[in-house]
Amino acid sequence: MREYLIRRILGMGGVLLALSLIVYAVFYLAPGDPAQLACGLKCSPAQVHQVRAQLGIDDPVHLQYAHFLQGIVTGRDFSTGTGVLHCPAPCLGVSYRTGEQVTGMIVDRLPVTASLALGAMALWLTLGVGTGVLSALRRGRWSERLLTVLTLAGNSVPVFVIALLLLMLFCAQLQWLPFPSYVGLGEDPQQWFWGLLLPWVSLALVESAKYARLTRSSMLETLAEDHIRTFRAYGVGERQLVTRHALRGALTPVIALSAMDLGTMFGSAVLTESLFGLPGLGRLLVYSVNVIDLPVVVGLVMVTGFCVVLANAVADVLYAVADRRVVLS
Amino acid sequence: MTSVPRMDGSRSDGSRSDGPLVDVRDLVVEFPADGGFVRAVDGLDFTLEAGQALGIVGESGSGKSTAALALLGMHQGTGARLTGSIRVAGVDAVTAEGAELRRLRGESAAIVFQDPLSALDPYYPVGGQIAEVFRAHRDVSRRAARARAVEVLDRVGIPDAARRARSRPHEFSGGMRQRVLIAMALACEPRLLIADEPTTALDVTVQAQILDLLHDLRAETGAGLILVTHDLGVVAGSVDQVLVMKDGRAVERGPVSGVLGAPREPYTRALLSAVPRVDAPASASASASASDDRGDGEVLLETVDLRREFGSRSATVTAVDGVSLAVREGETLGIVGESGSGKTTLGRMLVRLLEPSGGQVRYRGQDIGALGEKALRPLRRELQMVFQDPVSSLNPRRTVGESIADPLRAAGGWDDRRIRTRVGELLERVGIDADWYHRYPHELSGGQRQRVGIARALAPAPRLVVCDEPVSALDVTTQAQVVALLAELQRDLGLSLVFVAHDLAVVRQVSDRVAVMRAGRIVEQGSTEAVYDSPQHPYTKGLLAAVPVLDPLESATRRDARRALAAAGRRPHMQ
Repeated sequence: MREYLIRRILGMGGVLLALSLIVYAVFYLAPGDPAQLACGLKCSPAQVHQVRAQLGIDDPVHLQYAHFLQGIVTGRDFSTGTGVLHCPAPCLGVSYRTGEQVTGMIVDRLPVTASLALGAMALWLTLGVGTGVLSALRRGRWSERLLTVLTLAGNSVPVFVIALLLLMLFCAQLQWLPFPSYVGLGEDPQQWFWGLLLPWVSLALVESAKYARLTRSSMLETLAEDHIRTFRAYGVGERQLVTRHALRGALTPVIALSAMDLGTMFGSAVLTESLFGLPGLGRLLVYSVNVIDLPVVVGLVMVTGFCVVLANAVADVLYAVADRRVVLS
Repeated sequence: MTSVPRMDGSRSDGSRSDGPLVDVRDLVVEFPADGGFVRAVDGLDFTLEAGQALGIVGESGSGKSTAALALLGMHQGTGARLTGSIRVAGVDAVTAEGAELRRLRGESAAIVFQDPLSALDPYYPVGGQIAEVFRAHRDVSRRAARARAVEVLDRVGIPDAARRARSRPHEFSGGMRQRVLIAMALACEPRLLIADEPTTALDVTVQAQILDLLHDLRAETGAGLILVTHDLGVVAGSVDQVLVMKDGRAVERGPVSGVLGAPREPYTRALLSAVPRVDAPASASASASASDDRGDGEVLLETVDLRREFGSRSATVTAVDGVSLAVREGETLGIVGESGSGKTTLGRMLVRLLEPSGGQVRYRGQDIGALGEKALRPLRRELQMVFQDPVSSLNPRRTVGESIADPLRAAGGWDDRRIRTRVGELLERVGIDADWYHRYPHELSGGQRQRVGIARALAPAPRLVVCDEPVSALDVTTQAQVVALLAELQRDLGLSLVFVAHDLAVVRQVSDRVAVMRAGRIVEQGSTEAVYDSPQHPYTKGLLAAVPVLDPLESATRRDARRALAAAGRRPHMQ
């Protein structure tokens, strides 16, 4: 087990390194001059030149990359023209645009995305697994067909359509809910909840469809297994068969998939965040790509990449915990 | 082991009724298929008196398991159509529902299923599963139910039952899992035990232990037993009455000694004559007549101190541990052993599907043990293999003709028309119509699929064929046909065969020489007559003693001998 974890962590490091290299290469090749953008349109070539030097983009690309890696491990210093800015480890660099430290920018926005992702996951698991179990038990009846249609519809409508419909209905028309905004959980839990409710619902509606299908199919698979027949042949009631035996077996893949989806959510809730005006990681990413703020983009990709890789490892471990027959090696 | 005290004196109402324990009249079970119905059981009658044992014997598809499941009302809600009447311990199993049906299941009658790994929930400890069944019928606390689970686990011979009750199914061996299932059946002290192929997946020594256990439990609890099996040897020593089933009907029934000793029906006689005998020399097989000119041929394949390890450095398992043997031209070498003995690993190394970790495999004098894939290429044609499971060893998405053609295409130098002709010849050679080229594996029966597997192995005209459990998935009559086919092919083509199997009787039937494997080593090898008639190693003796025999009297004698052996020295050579 320990050997497995060590190998796994080393592997994660390798993946992240490769990821940073690729992102660095892609953005270095991208058109547009960050110094020009940072300086503004009225800058003279001399001024642009000065900015370039300050930003360190005059260095050869491999040196820039080496400095970047060094920053993550030990921290590094930047010259601001007038003084020196110390950026402590793990330093992901400094924004070309604002001069802010990338690490700080990400840490500021992380709670928003985490609130969004975790809340949405709780909702989509409840919705998805519930619907899945229900449709497995009502297989072949009209209610199952209705559920199938609803989940398929949920799966095929893009999140922005659902989000806009919900906004129009509940915020504009009925005015039952405030327009979504982010208030920290620590500041006002009630506002936090109401502000995030619609984003949660729209994400969950899309995601839960997938979980409903997965739960349904693995539930039907488990119900057809021999050990279910054993307990039926021993007079164990149908309800207990479903809740204790069938669901237990069906949940294993659901647990593994949700860990991975949660990881992905940290980087891919862009649309939802933009639509609802939530200041999360996704919005920061879109903005930084538009203005070619390389350090911020690379930093964001590293953090979301880290989340995905971590979630994968967690999914594997959870799988082995949920099913003791699985041996990690 | 302790005896099982009653938890309470109460019984279900049905138990007070008179009449036989089981009364089945004119039972018909039909399953929906292709818009119509397929009749699985077709007018079956039988009765079982309390405390008696009935064996239901038949080949696959005879309806024996369907009939057994019907006793517990297991076809309710599956879309199956039942007519006739079934009374089990006073309950009408056809119409019972709700609480009455649940009481029948587990409380009055309990079933022991075949595959003990899939028949238990993989996620829960076995003790909890037995406790759950107990609590479904008795109003007791969790703690009392768990205590009951430990009690019955102890009764069926699970060592250290209190601790093992917390283990999950995959942590037990096959035989121990089967004991767990029997313990579950005992939990509520049913009046009827139904055992559906309870020993089919087990090694012979373990099979003997489980049958002995069922026998003892019946004597001790007075429960009736219905033993459903395809194996005539299994019923011989375990039941009073036998019912032979074919196509959903009872072909013959009567006392076990009468049915097995002096069968009246041709089908029963055919079934009995197809059973390979471990106690008689190969009679029907072709090898007997030809065995004179065997044994002095050139050595074709030879292994020297062959070894194979699996796993990483920290956890190495030695599957084959220094095996030296020789296969001569035109002879059949039988390799017999129980599961985990390393016989399959050895077989795969002989044809170099696996690379040995040490030692040599010499084919016609050349060590092929460490040859690279490229150097092996020309030899692959001459070394072929027939696999155990004809279902999974044929590609379900390719026609059988294509599967047989594959090795010819791989060999190269054959144009399509010649391949077609050759495949047609091969199919006819193994007894399948050449027009079946375009059929898919699922359209074929188990025996036909194994014939296709043999044809595929023969396609490149090999010198040596390793058959790994080629007939263990087949019914006895099919088994006999495939064994006869192998013997015939060997005689006609002058092949060398290595026959790997766990079934001692089958190995005796086909082999000129036999090697007995245990824990990666060969404990005994020699001519078939020598090994079977005067075994030297205690392990071989134990194996032979555990093989079920068809004579009920002989079977009882052997059971007593096993019991004496176990009492004397705690099963010295068994696991």
